[in-house]
Amino acid sequence: MAKASPSEPVLTLDGIRKSFGSKEILCGVDLSIHRGQIKVLIGPSGAGKSTLLQCINFLVVPDGGRISLEGQPVDPSDRKALCRYRQQVGMIFQDFNLFDHLTALGNVEIGLVRVKKMKRSMARERALAELERVGLARHAHQYPAELSGGQKQRVSIARALALDPKVMLLDEPTSALDPELIGEVHAVIRELGAAGMTMIMATHQIGFARALAQEIIFMENGVIIEQGPPDQILDDAQCQRTREFCAKITELGGHG
Amino acid sequence: MNTPLGVLQQSLPYLLQGVWVTLVVVLGSLSLGLLVGLPLAVGQVYGPKPLKRLIGIYVWFFRGIPLLVLLFLFYFGLFPFLHLDLSAFVVAIIVLGSISSAYQSQILRGAILSIPEGQMKAARAIGMSDVQAIRHIILPQAFRLAVPGWSNEYSVLLKDSAVTYALGVAELMARAHHVASRTYQHLVLYLCAGFIFMILTFLGTRALDALHRRVKLRGYS
Repeated sequence: MAKASPSEPVLTLDGIRKSFGSKEILCGVDLSIHRGQIKVLIGPSGAGKSTLLQCINFLVVPDGGRISLEGQPVDPSDRKALCRYRQQVGMIFQDFNLFDHLTALGNVEIGLVRVKKMKRSMARERALAELERVGLARHAHQYPAELSGGQKQRVSIARALALDPKVMLLDEPTSALDPELIGEVHAVIRELGAAGMTMIMATHQIGFARALAQEIIFMENGVIIEQGPPDQILDDAQCQRTREFCAKITELGGHG
Repeated sequence: MNTPLGVLQQSLPYLLQGVWVTLVVVLGSLSLGLLVGLPLAVGQVYGPKPLKRLIGIYVWFFRGIPLLVLLFLFYFGLFPFLHLDLSAFVVAIIVLGSISSAYQSQILRGAILSIPEGQMKAARAIGMSDVQAIRHIILPQAFRLAVPGWSNEYSVLLKDSAVTYALGVAELMARAHHVASRTYQHLVLYLCAGFIFMILTFLGTRALDALHRRVKLRGYS
């Protein structure tokens, strides 16, 4: 496989379209992200942020458009290639979606054993290292139902990291959490960013987005309205609609 | 010696041998039902439309026809027509197993459908194929949910197995009837047979309750 040059984006979306019935959710979204970049999607509910993220790893199959990883277009009809592609694109869900019948360790391990066909002893070692990285080594043998929301989300991050993804997609990773649990998940995401992980994240946590992102993308009604550096989008947006939204959400969330 | 208790005492070993036949028929058909019911359930949830329809017809057939009719249909009709010379015992297991597969497929289908959609999404997101996701993520959770349904299925099968006496399978009911018609001690013999069925129901459902507790996930009430 051709090694991506530094100037080439890791991930490129070209004209992604998706409709559910007659309702158009995504009307041709273009987006590209370079290695180590962090881009944050903001916008009102129903803007298509979540659908866009799920389109990126084909959990929702786009009706049109093209997605390329390191210059290689992904063909979702090739099931094997799709599975290989998905290993390289980690996904964090709003409601965690941990495998309920597996311990924290089992959740992280299963992808290594079943998908990467790693030996169980090696997989265990790697899984423990990932749990350690998100600060949950002590909880390795607990089941999801025994963990707090923040812990669950950290396990799900460890589960994605174990597969060495090239890009991480985070779909409102703290929206389902009690306010006092948000911090621990933000801390893990911040560390990931510092370690150079490429990330696309949808969130309503505007203060967090400002501190973390190189670029903020404002979406509404299935299109990207405006994108740019956080200070520009959040404080000095070109578009009236962006300004309105940012004013409202900043007032709600404060600058924390 | 033709007192009720005398008859009972004399015939008890003979009756208890019938318990083994009953248990083999029940466990055999329960296993066959699972073996066939599992792919039916998976097919009905994840399969293409024509397959779903075909499975629907199968389930409709075996749930819609009385057990006795199916036993006679297969034993006296279908298998002789196909030149298959199967013993009543084997036919009993095949018919009860087929009926059970129809019911078990619906128990499992319900269990699969009650697994949150996010489980499948998360499995796909880490690069699992759909087959892997079903095998390693969906079914282990669905089986846990299906245990109470199986408990019910066991007790239904146990009682239905008595009907196979009509084919001449030497199970508990057939033996009780046999002794009763010879000794005229109907009351005590059928009471005894009924009592043994009750005990078997009790033991079986207790065993499945224990299994249910054993596989229950920690942290769930």
